[in-house]
Amino acid sequence: MSVVGPALAVASGGAGIALAAGTWLPERARSTAVGVCTAGLGAAGLVAGAAALRGERWSAQLPDLLPLAGVHLAVDALSGLFMAVAGAVVLAVAVYGIGYAAGHGLSSRGVQAVLPAFALTLVLVPAAGSLSTFLVLWELMALTSLVLVVAEHRERPSVRTAGVWYAVMTHMGLVLLLVGLMWFAAGAGGETFAALRAGADGMSAGARDTVFVLAGLAFASKAGMVPLHAWLPRAHPEAPSHVSALMSAAMVNLGVYGIVRVGFDLLGGGPRWWWWLVLATGAVSAVYGILQAAMASDLKRLLAYSTSENLGLVLIGVGAAGMFNAAGNRPLAGLALAAALLHVVNHAAFKALLFCVAGSVLHATGLRDLDRLGGLRARMPVTAGLFAVAALGAVALPPGNGFVSEWLLLQSLIHGLSVPGVSTAILLPLAVATIALSAGLAAAVFVKALGVGFFARPRSPRAAGAKESPPSMLAAMGLLAAACAALALAPGALAPGLSRATAAAGLAGRAPLSGGGLQVRLSQASASLWPLWIALALALALAGAAGLTRLIAHRGRRRAGARLWDCGGGAPTPRMAYTATSFAEPLQRVFDDVLAPEQDVNVTPVRESAYLVERVRFQRQVPDRIEHRLYRPVLAALSGVGTAARRLAGGSVHLYLGYGFFALVAVLVALAVMQ
Amino acid sequence: MTGTGAAAVTAQVVLVVAGAPLLAGLMRQVRARMEGRAGGGVGQPWRDLRKLLRKEPITPTGTGPAFRIAPLLLVATTAVVAALVPLASTATPFSERADLIVVVALLALGTVSLALAGLDTGTAFGGMGASREMTVAALVEPTILLSVFALSIPAGSTNLPTIVSGAIHEPGRLASPAGLLATAALAVAVLAEAGRLPVDNPSTHLELTMIHEAMVLEYAGPDLALVELGAQMRLTVLLGLLASLFAPWGIATTASLAAVALALVLFAVKVAVLGAVLAAAEVFWAKLRLFRVPELLAGSFLLALLAVTASFFLSGE
Repeated sequence: MSVVGPALAVASGGAGIALAAGTWLPERARSTAVGVCTAGLGAAGLVAGAAALRGERWSAQLPDLLPLAGVHLAVDALSGLFMAVAGAVVLAVAVYGIGYAAGHGLSSRGVQAVLPAFALTLVLVPAAGSLSTFLVLWELMALTSLVLVVAEHRERPSVRTAGVWYAVMTHMGLVLLLVGLMWFAAGAGGETFAALRAGADGMSAGARDTVFVLAGLAFASKAGMVPLHAWLPRAHPEAPSHVSALMSAAMVNLGVYGIVRVGFDLLGGGPRWWWWLVLATGAVSAVYGILQAAMASDLKRLLAYSTSENLGLVLIGVGAAGMFNAAGNRPLAGLALAAALLHVVNHAAFKALLFCVAGSVLHATGLRDLDRLGGLRARMPVTAGLFAVAALGAVALPPGNGFVSEWLLLQSLIHGLSVPGVSTAILLPLAVATIALSAGLAAAVFVKALGVGFFARPRSPRAAGAKESPPSMLAAMGLLAAACAALALAPGALAPGLSRATAAAGLAGRAPLSGGGLQVRLSQASASLWPLWIALALALALAGAAGLTRLIAHRGRRRAGARLWDCGGGAPTPRMAYTATSFAEPLQRVFDDVLAPEQDVNVTPVRESAYLVERVRFQRQVPDRIEHRLYRPVLAALSGVGTAARRLAGGSVHLYLGYGFFALVAVLVALAVMQ
Repeated sequence: MTGTGAAAVTAQVVLVVAGAPLLAGLMRQVRARMEGRAGGGVGQPWRDLRKLLRKEPITPTGTGPAFRIAPLLLVATTAVVAALVPLASTATPFSERADLIVVVALLALGTVSLALAGLDTGTAFGGMGASREMTVAALVEPTILLSVFALSIPAGSTNLPTIVSGAIHEPGRLASPAGLLATAALAVAVLAEAGRLPVDNPSTHLELTMIHEAMVLEYAGPDLALVELGAQMRLTVLLGLLASLFAPWGIATTASLAAVALALVLFAVKVAVLGAVLAAAEVFWAKLRLFRVPELLAGSFLLALLAVTASFFLSGE
């Protein structure tokens, strides 16, 4: 008996109840009821996804639900993976939201009613089985997330700007997607995925290329890829933290899902250059994203850029899979795709936790600026510890969970040698270099976030007065931390699911994971990794070192509270400690040419004498350069056109009548010519 | 097989722990002699460690668990690396699990934990050292991984024993352009990772140029002993890794006890020679300005990239 269908029905029911609860219940009970129902929705999504990953296929047609096309749902292992990830994130974040919503203006009717709807679309988008269903759900996801992004627009004016950016970018993506996929449907002669799959071969190469590029652009912008990432570092920081977690850990994944579904499954692979584009986009985004994260001192902005980096790594894997597939090496392609999908799972786990911790910090201090935080380790020990767990996952070092998937990704690239061609000989080393550089910079980024934000001494009174978060938030974060640990120590549990998901994408290969750890076995090469074993060895060595030191060293008690030496400078004040900005300064200098920081010194002299200085003002910021170079001219041109067009509307009725007359004449002339 | 293998691993770790201070002593002695001083003797670092271990352990105000655990973690990661790298034998119980990427990542974990400890003190020097250390580490990482990539291509695996035994059986791999370029790139990366001249000066104190020392200024007593031992072990392991990858002759590929014993002696000799050469070279080098270091690292990165591309083109069909 199929579990997927009932589970999805339960999820929809949960969303309906949560929506009703969010709309009708009084404020006191509202956020709890919505949280519980949404958590149930997430759990149902997780169950459905897990069942699909176990090999269950399920499809349904509901012709009466939507006019004209009806609703088609089809779930295979690939959709199951993304559904399970979204469901798990929704489950944890909904529990977190119960505590977080109190006192932020977030328990309002609008927010509480829209949140479950957004959560439901996250679970259902991968289940869509036809283009119309997919597009409707996709747009619902965009709209509901937009409402949630602007939830706090009364508190901060920057939220409105972020909302406008997000709305414009996400709808430009929708337009591209609409054009691309409709073209696809017209060419393939059907709009259900089954019909598209069958009809894709009959399309001309040019049409397939256009469809892939248009849809790929839209999906890449949803995944936050450079240069279409501009919405991400604005919307994620300004949205309420649990919504950021949902967006960053579940929504951006759907961009990857779209590329995999359309590129591999529906279009059947395609030529090599498609995947070069995907790989190059991923590589550029990975390095650019993590560099911007290294410069950011806003904690949530840093995390948003890190999302851009991680999704870039995922797309490197997807692109490599496509290249290997186009060269005819299916097992290697399956390996690369499995690595990419594993990274999606790992990223979702640690990024959801990171955003939840950032939310806890915001909840406790009202601050997101690392330069003004600090000293939270002593005041919020559990939160700081959870951040450390998530950061270990994010820096891609053992025994964190990010290391496992990056290792697998590197393995798939290293074994790409067996694929002949000049393009692989040039692109794969560059891809490895990109991954290595982003891993190195990620270490710097998260050392900065943890060391400056949570260690040392508080740099502002608000940070000094921080209190630990309420239990519901801690429980949710604990759940996510447990997921990180499980993924780090026993990734082998995902093995059958991952191989089914890659097979569903049309790239069947042998499972790269096994019970004990990760094993890569290809025709002429093999490699293996035992994450659990590494963790055990480290623990053993740690215990050994501690035991031996205790045995040999001075037996006396540790003297606590000794004064810091600081080169004899006396007790240091918080102002003397390194801030996030100063921590990033050497890196900023190294990457000066890429980042193009803006620096400004204003010296105001005393009126009587030019030599006496009254005031010196120093300003420095590292703007997003791509945003400046690419978006600003377009925006300036648009607003210029708008200003110029104002002159057309002079207020004279005669003029407007004239416009109407000439427009009518023009249409008639055009018709006459075309006849 | 497992008996000898386990013995080889134990011997490797013990040799690295016990020999690291001696290597540091040897290097200081070489340096002193070349500068016309008498020097403190090869055993001086050991005596320093013993002295530090006898002192009272101290926790400065405002420091937390990160500060306490970092020295232990530094030593522990390096010890695990010493067990993984086939310094003396490729036939160990860990040989299937000894992955080169894991080795690089474990060393980076030690760096990260020490940088966090530097920030944990909340002092200006700690933060400065951490910031510089992470900058250098972020730039070294690509070089190391690319050299790893270049070395793994001919062997078809990132498994260290496979790479090493492949090089023993086919010495031609080492003399190829890819092998030589990768050697040069990895050598620069090792200098940077171990915090030696011209990237960082291990004997400097209270200079604005320092990186490593600035992070560990607040350590005292047994903790400082662990930090020092960890740094010495890192240098030993990195030099040993370099020796294993590029001069693998003598490493036991079978489980014979005599071969392992010979390999241990050879390992000690190789690392001592490498250390002595490095110390001699350091006499003639000046420390680079911090912001010139990225240029050096970019150069070595380019070498590694060339190595990879060369091995792709030369061994691809």
